[in-house]
Amino acid sequence: MVTPAHFIALAVILFVIGAVGVLVRRNAIVVFMCVELMLNAANLAFVTFARMHGNLDGQIIAFFVMVVAAAEVVVGLAILTSIFRARRSASVDDANLMKY
Amino acid sequence: MTGSVAAITHTIAAPSIEWSLLSPLVLVFAAATVGVLVEAFAPRDLRRALHIAISLGGLAGAFVLTIVVAHSHIFAGGKPGVVAAVGAVAVDKPTLFIQGTILVLAFVSVLLIAESSHDAFAAQAAAVPGSAAEREGLLAGLTHTEVYPLTLFSVGGMLLFPAANDLLTMFIALEVLSLPLYLLCGLARRRRLLSQEAAMKYFLLGAFSSAFFLFGVAMLYGYSGSVQLAAIATAAQSGVGSATLLYAGIALLGIGLLFKIGAIPFANWKPDVYQGSPTPVTALMASCTLVSAFGALLRVFYVAFGQLTWDWRPVMWGVAILTMLVGSIVAITQTDVKRLLAYSSIAQAGYVLTGVIAANTAGLSGSMFYLAAYGIATIGAFAIVTLVRDQTGEAAHLSSWAGLGKRSPLVAGLFALFLITFAGIPLTSGFTSKFAVFRAAIQGGALPLVIIGVISSAILAFPYVRVIVLMFFSDPAPDGPVVVRPSGFTSAAVAVGAAATLVLGIIPQPLLNIANHAASHLFVR
Repeated sequence: MVTPAHFIALAVILFVIGAVGVLVRRNAIVVFMCVELMLNAANLAFVTFARMHGNLDGQIIAFFVMVVAAAEVVVGLAILTSIFRARRSASVDDANLMKY
Repeated sequence: MTGSVAAITHTIAAPSIEWSLLSPLVLVFAAATVGVLVEAFAPRDLRRALHIAISLGGLAGAFVLTIVVAHSHIFAGGKPGVVAAVGAVAVDKPTLFIQGTILVLAFVSVLLIAESSHDAFAAQAAAVPGSAAEREGLLAGLTHTEVYPLTLFSVGGMLLFPAANDLLTMFIALEVLSLPLYLLCGLARRRRLLSQEAAMKYFLLGAFSSAFFLFGVAMLYGYSGSVQLAAIATAAQSGVGSATLLYAGIALLGIGLLFKIGAIPFANWKPDVYQGSPTPVTALMASCTLVSAFGALLRVFYVAFGQLTWDWRPVMWGVAILTMLVGSIVAITQTDVKRLLAYSSIAQAGYVLTGVIAANTAGLSGSMFYLAAYGIATIGAFAIVTLVRDQTGEAAHLSSWAGLGKRSPLVAGLFALFLITFAGIPLTSGFTSKFAVFRAAIQGGALPLVIIGVISSAILAFPYVRVIVLMFFSDPAPDGPVVVRPSGFTSAAVAVGAAATLVLGIIPQPLLNIANHAASHLFVR
């Protein structure tokens, strides 16, 4: 029997995988994909809670989040592409001109 | 058949939008949209003048509209304000004060962005640094006039962020203010690799923190069944539902907001982003973004979590102490002037946090006064940074500022004035504003916090005094930087910053009265 609690647990697991990925991965594109995973985990939680509370707010929020995520991709890939063209590398460790 | 169809047809009522109350926001977004059209259709040689007129006109018009709204009937009979746009946007006195502050600071920041004698923005951001395409763009005299609409969109988001009455609107406003800023950070004309690095760091960490914010919203929605701040407060007061969801929500939402204000341990981005970004954009971030983020933090913690003060206060104490101490101690070791101002900004955020922790009307009014006074002074300080230049652009390293007081006493004197106000010396706005938040914190029972704040101010005074001594009591290097003669735009920004610093230090009462009046009923529920 799959209950809404299982979906919340899955959302939390996905969120944690995304957060750990941001912290340990080195490729900026992969880091960004991990952020997207965290947003999708939030979406799953929103939709599940909408089902549990019996109102539509959560489902509508999920649509808003998708639009925001798409806008974020536009801005983010523009920045990452310009960095890659300048440095021939998308590693977050190579972008280290500024420290401390 | 037709009858049964008619029977199940329901009309959907159109939502009522109070356009007159939202007019400042609408005007800024309209000006931004017109800016995009100018970029598309106006001939290249006209664009810059048109953009400057639209940006400054839009921001000034929005400020006038804010004052008009503040004098409207919605505050009749001592009411704190109203909730507009079907519960999405709160129009109350603190919000209008914060929005007015943001508009003034944004106006002065746009003056810096508009400076033409030394262009701060890249000829072509898409051209690889050091390539032939970049040289062609520079020779052709290109510049990115897109910065004006991007700035206006960002300012629009900043106006909505502290006014958002539900967490979905707040999340959208957070993204609308952040996304243009990520791009603006990467548009510097010189030291472009630093600028791109700043944009990438700000973008990745900003997206990371907004994911935390969003998951916090999801937890609070799961807890209360609504994203309205008032509904969350009601649910928290009644105590039904899962406490795990509530506390997880508060923590995650808090991380997202504390990242934006740059509180330790969520401030790793601040020094790098402030250093790498074009200096006018740094001024915009250090003033307007800080004010806006504090506005949202105040609203969330006073309205939604106002009943849970005892739960979040201990954690906020820790964050405020860390922010004040780490910001001021690390500032001592800095050798780059923009990084020094960034760590100073972190410490100042800690002082404002003591006002937030007070959780009373004095704390709210003190925080708002602090943000207004600090914002205008920090724009002035960054404006001075844009003027001290050598062959590579701005003279970033502090060692090259040696003896500046002997070459250009006026510029060095003004920079010393801004450093003195950051240190909180009497007769400057910094002293008045520190006094306001620390007094509120003592009223709110946070005396240890105030003691640490005073110690931190004393530590922070050390790097400032060192810079002042360096400027006035050491000999200038023969090939040292020169102070360029600015156009009227930067001069006006510096003059406004210096005048506000002195006026708010000597006769602070008028603005303090406005802040006290604005805070008298806290936020609308």
